[in-house]
Amino acid sequence: MTDAKLRGVRERKNRTRKKGVSLLLNFPYLIWLCLFVIIPMFIVVVYAFTDRTGAFTLDNFQKLGIYKDNILDSFLYALIATAVTLVLAYPFAYFMTKRSEATQRVVMMLVMLPMWMNLLILTYSIMNIIEANGIINNLLAALGLGKLQMINTPGAVIFGMVYNYFPYMVLPLYSVLSKIDPALLEAAADLGSGGLSRFRRVLLPLSAPGIISGVTMVFVPSVSTFYISQKLGGTSVNMIGDMIEALVNRVSTRNLGAMLSLVLMLVILVCIMIMNRFSDREGGIML
Amino acid sequence: MKRVLSFLVLCAMLCALLLSASSCGERNDTIDPALLKGEYNQELAGTTLKVYNWGEYISDGAEGSLDVNAAFEKLTGIEVVYETYDDNETMYSNLVSGANYYDILIPSDYMIERLIREERLEQVDVASLSNYQYIDDQYKNLYFDPDNAYSVPYNVGMVGLIYNTTMVEGTIDSWEALWDETYSGNILTFNNPRDAFALAQLILGQDVNTTDHADWDAAAELLKEQSPVLQDRVMDEVFNKMEGGNAALAPYYAGDYLLMKENNPDLAFVYPKEGVNIFCDSVCIPKGCQNYDAAVLYMNFLMEPEVALANAEALCYASPNTEVVSHEDYTYKDNEILYPAEEDMPKVQWFHDLDAETVEYYETLWVDVINS
Repeated sequence: MTDAKLRGVRERKNRTRKKGVSLLLNFPYLIWLCLFVIIPMFIVVVYAFTDRTGAFTLDNFQKLGIYKDNILDSFLYALIATAVTLVLAYPFAYFMTKRSEATQRVVMMLVMLPMWMNLLILTYSIMNIIEANGIINNLLAALGLGKLQMINTPGAVIFGMVYNYFPYMVLPLYSVLSKIDPALLEAAADLGSGGLSRFRRVLLPLSAPGIISGVTMVFVPSVSTFYISQKLGGTSVNMIGDMIEALVNRVSTRNLGAMLSLVLMLVILVCIMIMNRFSDREGGIML
Repeated sequence: MKRVLSFLVLCAMLCALLLSASSCGERNDTIDPALLKGEYNQELAGTTLKVYNWGEYISDGAEGSLDVNAAFEKLTGIEVVYETYDDNETMYSNLVSGANYYDILIPSDYMIERLIREERLEQVDVASLSNYQYIDDQYKNLYFDPDNAYSVPYNVGMVGLIYNTTMVEGTIDSWEALWDETYSGNILTFNNPRDAFALAQLILGQDVNTTDHADWDAAAELLKEQSPVLQDRVMDEVFNKMEGGNAALAPYYAGDYLLMKENNPDLAFVYPKEGVNIFCDSVCIPKGCQNYDAAVLYMNFLMEPEVALANAEALCYASPNTEVVSHEDYTYKDNEILYPAEEDMPKVQWFHDLDAETVEYYETLWVDVINS
């Protein structure tokens, strides 16, 4: 056997061993994926295509029209919440990168702080703060000002969503913005570019992957929000997540809930695919 | 800056630790053995008992009250795994999904009727339970368990209308107040179909157990008319809303009103003239339980006069236990809301279990009501 041949055999052996090791290391994840992602999804699909007795039916999908307004509302609210979050988070993340490292760490921690708390508790606290007789209104009353109707309005729902999902926007923006070399902006300034044009032609394109990733991370949970809209919106807002919850909670409408949930999943999937196309072009982050 | 921050975090952690430690220290899990009527031993020690009950529906040691589950654990060495639900239907769908087993359930009357019909409950020889003698005869042989073969009563109660006297003009005597535009945005209602529908049905003078689709349609129409004036559909959030003066009117259980009144003296309560729903929540053992003997022991334990008294004090519902009702120290002894005199007794209607087709019909209507 020649040396070259021998080397080939050894390499092949190495490769198969590597494959074995990687399979072994991946195994727990595969099991996890099957048990907690694939099987639940499969159950949702089965429920969506069956009736109460378990017989195959497409009736559930014919009732989709009833929930058209809920779906449209959800998208509208999610879009507004995402836009507001982006507008708030972008300058925040940008100016954060301009601070000393110690300050950045502290600010980052403060941004993350609400994430350490359970969403239900956070929402319940917001509720108590903006209630008709909540902390803000009591303060206003003490100052001799009139009371504000805050809770049970669409604005309260948007506020709740923005508040909850703000960190998910800041984090990707911050990680992209902090990697942009300040020299690039200086160079643009040297070449006579004004503030607005520096933002539009240098900063924005370079931070696009962060924007897309942030938008996806805020938009997706916003669209399927349910608890926030119930607690802060009262009966004024019925998002698709609320309807799914109401449907799934009753045995006789569970299949309908599964259908809505499946439709929502598909719609979100399409949204993510569209967003990923953008980020591919920018050579950026995949979700 | 960094040092200041880590110091702050440390302080916060310490505070949290101290708080939790102090609340642990005051846990009341001991019953004076002299007051115990039943027999308890450590025979089943080391086993677990899975209890599935309504939320906020047991004396849990808050504010120095008896921690019923802890007391049971201490007496028997059985570990109690305690889970809660918000309404009968959630309990039912969890139970039938088969994903979980339970040893003890405490559902309401009509749900027990359904569970018995579907053969989902284990029979229990209640007469052999030493504490069964304390159950008032008027709560024995109830319609859902006519032979007392499956359940023992835990709590009884009626639904009424709670209102804030500073936000509502005059006195209220009708469920129609929940449709009154004057209070638009300040009205709450139940976030479960059966209870919410019942209010409309009582106004319309229907039988709450009707199986006529036209009746349910009419009630659904009435509920849709209510949507514009509603602030929200709630269950236990009603406490926060009514106690804080954030809503003017809400239908809820009489016992819960007494709890709310402690925190907001402006609240008043009425059994509306159209009649009210009466209910009895009873302890039963579902098929598929893993620890039947412990479950029977727990059943008997809940009827212990001392335990029933602790529950009656903590939950403020009417007790079916004669020893509690006549107890000297019972705060709500002869309370006119919990134990109205015969002449003040409102018209009452029990919920019965409805056939699957009717349930499906009104549950589907309910989603439209929510979405209106």
